[in-house]
Amino acid sequence: MSEVLLRAGGRSVRFRRRTGVVLVLTLVAVVVLGVVGLMLGDYDISAREVLAALSGGGDDPVATYFVTELRLPRVVTAIVVGAALGISGSLFQNVTGNPLGSPDIIGFTTGAATGALVQIIVLGGDSDAVAVGAVVGGIGTAVLVHLLTRPHGLTGQRLVLVGIGVGATLAAVNTLLVVRASLVAAQTAAQWLAGSLSAVLWPRATVVTVAIAVLTLAALLLARPLQLLALGDDTARAVGVPAQRVRTAAVAVGVGLVSVATATTGPIAFVALAAPQVSRRLAGSPTPGVAGPAATGAALVLGADLIGQHLLAPTQLAVGVVTGALGGVYLIGLLALEWRRR
Amino acid sequence: MTEAERTTRLEARDLTVSYATRGGAPVLRDLGLAIPDGVMTVIVGPNACGKSTLLRTLARMHPAAGGAVYVDGRSATDYGHKELARVLGLLPQSPSAPDGITVADLVAKGRYPHQSLLRQWSRADEEAVAAAVEAADVAGLTDRPVDELSGGQRQRVWLAMALAQETPLLLLDEPTTYLDIAHQLEVLELARRLARGGRTVVTVLHELQLAFRYADHLVVMSGGRVVASGDPRGIVTADLIEEVYDLPCRVIEDPLTGTPLVLPLVGTGAGTRDGER
Repeated sequence: MSEVLLRAGGRSVRFRRRTGVVLVLTLVAVVVLGVVGLMLGDYDISAREVLAALSGGGDDPVATYFVTELRLPRVVTAIVVGAALGISGSLFQNVTGNPLGSPDIIGFTTGAATGALVQIIVLGGDSDAVAVGAVVGGIGTAVLVHLLTRPHGLTGQRLVLVGIGVGATLAAVNTLLVVRASLVAAQTAAQWLAGSLSAVLWPRATVVTVAIAVLTLAALLLARPLQLLALGDDTARAVGVPAQRVRTAAVAVGVGLVSVATATTGPIAFVALAAPQVSRRLAGSPTPGVAGPAATGAALVLGADLIGQHLLAPTQLAVGVVTGALGGVYLIGLLALEWRRR
Repeated sequence: MTEAERTTRLEARDLTVSYATRGGAPVLRDLGLAIPDGVMTVIVGPNACGKSTLLRTLARMHPAAGGAVYVDGRSATDYGHKELARVLGLLPQSPSAPDGITVADLVAKGRYPHQSLLRQWSRADEEAVAAAVEAADVAGLTDRPVDELSGGQRQRVWLAMALAQETPLLLLDEPTTYLDIAHQLEVLELARRLARGGRTVVTVLHELQLAFRYADHLVVMSGGRVVASGDPRGIVTADLIEEVYDLPCRVIEDPLTGTPLVLPLVGTGAGTRDGER
C-alpha cells in the first residue's frame, strides 16, 4: 500500500508514502543548509560550535553572538519566507489549476513592490514603513483583482488573465516611480527590489514568523478542499466543498503570505513559482500540497542565500538575484515541458 | 405501489430557476416534482428543456429564484455543505480528473463529506471505498491513473467516487454521454442495481429507448415544465412524444421488456402523418 495511515483515538492522518519520504528529506536539507548558513561568514564557526551556541552552551562569546544574534535571524527568516512563498505559490497554482499561476506571474508580488516603492520614493518612509507599504500594496492588488473579477465570479482562468493585466500595469507604475525618483531613493528602491535577507535581525524575524505561522494554519485548513477543486467545481461542490468560497479564501491567504514575505525581504523571484512544482514532481502527486512546497521553498531560499553570500565572496549577491537567475532556467524548462505535452 | 403511497425524501416545490446570462427568462417555472424513494427516476426531454438544470438545482448547484428544493422535508439551503453532501450525491456531466491521479485516490475523494482535518481516514472510509470500487466493478483498476482508462471505465470510476460518498440520494447528469451502447447499458445496469439496493437514483438521459427500459419512474419535461410523470408503460404515448419532441412517431411495446419503444416516422418514407402540417 502506498498510503501511510496514522490513527490515534478518533483521529487519523493519511498521506502518500512517497510524499512523506520526500518531505522528510527536504526538511533534512533545510536543517543542513541552515546549519551551514550559521557556520559560514566572515567569522567561520564549526558545526559543533554552532550547535553549542544554539543550545546555550557556547564557550566563545563572539561565535555565540554571530550565531544567535546575526546569522540565526537571517536563517530563520530565509526558512519562513521561503515557506511562505512556497505555500502561496501552491495556493495560487491550485486555484488557477495552472503551474504558471504563481503570485509573481499574476501580479501580486508586483503589487506588493508598488506599495513598497511608494513608501521609499514618494513618502520617504523607513524600512518598517516600507514593509507595511508592501503588505498594503499586495492587499490592494488583491482587492483590485477581486473587483475586476467579481461581476462574473472568480475562476482560475479569469484570475490568471486579470492578474497578468493588473501586474503588467503595476510593473509600469513601478518603473515610472523609479525613473522619477531622486538618485538616492532610486538606489534604495533598486536594492529593495533585488530582494535581500542581509538586514534582517530578530525583531523583524519574530514578527514575520508569527504572521506567517498564522497564515500557514489557514492554508492547512484550505488544503483538503483545494485538492478537490482540481476535480472541477461541480464535483467539488457535489462532495460538499463550497468552491467559490474556498477559492476566494485561498487567494486571500496566498496574497497575505506573499505580501508578508515580500515586505520582509523585497521580492524573491520564482520561489513561489518553482517550489510547489518541484515538490509536486518529487512527490509524484497530481497537485501541490502545503507542507511539501513550504519545505521546498525554505530549502530554495536558504540555498540561494548561501550561494549569494559565498559564491562571489566578498561580493554579496542579493538572494532575489540568485533565485531570479536560477528561476529563469527553471521557467524555460517548465515551459518546454508543458509545450511538449500539448 | 401506487403514486399516493410512495414516500419521498427529495422534492421540488414551485421551483423557478433562471440564468442571468439568458436575460433572466426562467429555465424552470413553478415546477413541482416529488422523487419517489428507492427507485430509479429518469428525466427525459428535448435539448434545452431544463432537465439538466432541474437535476443541478435539485443538487443545489443552481440557486432557485423562486420556490425551493426539500431534502427530508427541510429546504436544501438550510443544510451545511458537507451535511447535504452526506445525503445527496451528484455525478456531474463530463467531470475531469487532474493528470496522473489514480483510481484509488479519486474514489477516496468521495469520502470528503465524512472527513475532517483531524479525521482524515476512518475504517468507515476504507470500507465505503472498497464497497464502491466493488459495486462499480473497478476494483481491478485502483492503481491505474484515471487518464489512461477507456471512456466506459472512467465513467464507472466516477460512479465509484459518487458511491463512496454513500448518499441515499444519487443524481446522475447524463451518465451515458460519449459511451457506446454496451457501455451505456453497463452504467444503467449499475444504476438499476443501486436502486434495487435501496438507493434513490435520479438520472437525466437522452436515449429514449434506454430511458423507458430503465425508468421505474419517468419524468418527461418540455419548456421548463414537467408534462408527464409516472411508470413509462402508463404514460408514454405517440401523442406525448410528438408533443414534446415535435416528432411524429409510433410507440410499440418492446418485445423483450414490455416497455415503450419509440419508432420515429421520419426517414421511413411515410413522412409526417396526414393533415398535421
